[in-house]
Amino acid sequence: MAEASNAARKRPLSPHLGVWRWSPAMTVSILHRVSGIGLAKLGLPLLLWWLGALAYGPAAYETLVHWVWAGEVGRLVQTITNVLGRVALVGLSWALFEHTLSGLRHYVLDTGAGYELDANRFWSWAVLIGAPVLTIAFWAVLLFL
Amino acid sequence: MGEGTPLGRVRGIGSAHSGAHHWLLERLTGVFTLVPIVWLIVSLLLLPDFTYKAVHGWIVQPIPALMVALLLIATFWHTRLGLRVFIEDYIHTGANKLAALLALDLFIFVGAAAGLMFLSLMVMGGLGQDAAKAEVQSALKASMGAR
Repeated sequence: MAEASNAARKRPLSPHLGVWRWSPAMTVSILHRVSGIGLAKLGLPLLLWWLGALAYGPAAYETLVHWVWAGEVGRLVQTITNVLGRVALVGLSWALFEHTLSGLRHYVLDTGAGYELDANRFWSWAVLIGAPVLTIAFWAVLLFL
Repeated sequence: MGEGTPLGRVRGIGSAHSGAHHWLLERLTGVFTLVPIVWLIVSLLLLPDFTYKAVHGWIVQPIPALMVALLLIATFWHTRLGLRVFIEDYIHTGANKLAALLALDLFIFVGAAAGLMFLSLMVMGGLGQDAAKAEVQSALKASMGAR
């Protein structure tokens, strides 16, 4: 046994995601990764595009707005990218709130607190419900106030 | 794997003694992102509109520019730590893992540098022959003429 390499040895694997009953804690944990990946791979490039357009001037900024938010009249391609852009921006704002609230929950868990079943379930739900609520509030204030 | 001493048997297995450092930095950079993020959200909500004039006029002021610089440094750093764990968890082939980690570092350093460059260009008056620069130049001329 000692001479067998790690790869060659048949090691028991833990069952993967599919076998578990969904729980709020598991959902928050998965969404923390999903939202983090989304913010990194979509959010940061968009942030850089935004800053770059601001640095480059009004024309570049207009181009960004045309492609992401409100296209020029009669440009079908931009109508499509506007839908995608708006979905992406709303999605990213949700991801930001989800990742932030979930991160705050992690800081509490890191102190060793919040592992009791009831408390853990409560704060998991608080993150899951809090993020969409904040997302809706954010866009409501942005668009209608 | 050694067969001799207890140390020889465990050497090379388990912690490489930098796990806690990575974990702690991930937490710290997470906190560092928190302040500029909350500030950015509130600032965006307080902007009158999202025209170039309004956004540019706001972002080039000292405090907003500083906050955006902090945001860039903290988020790119935090992203590097977070995506690194993600890659290590899901990519098991040695060469692919190395390539993914190198691509990540390239994205992080180029992205952070580009963001800070855009920000400094904005603060110092923009790029190329555009309206913002013309505006700055005419303001400069006016102030020089007045002297």
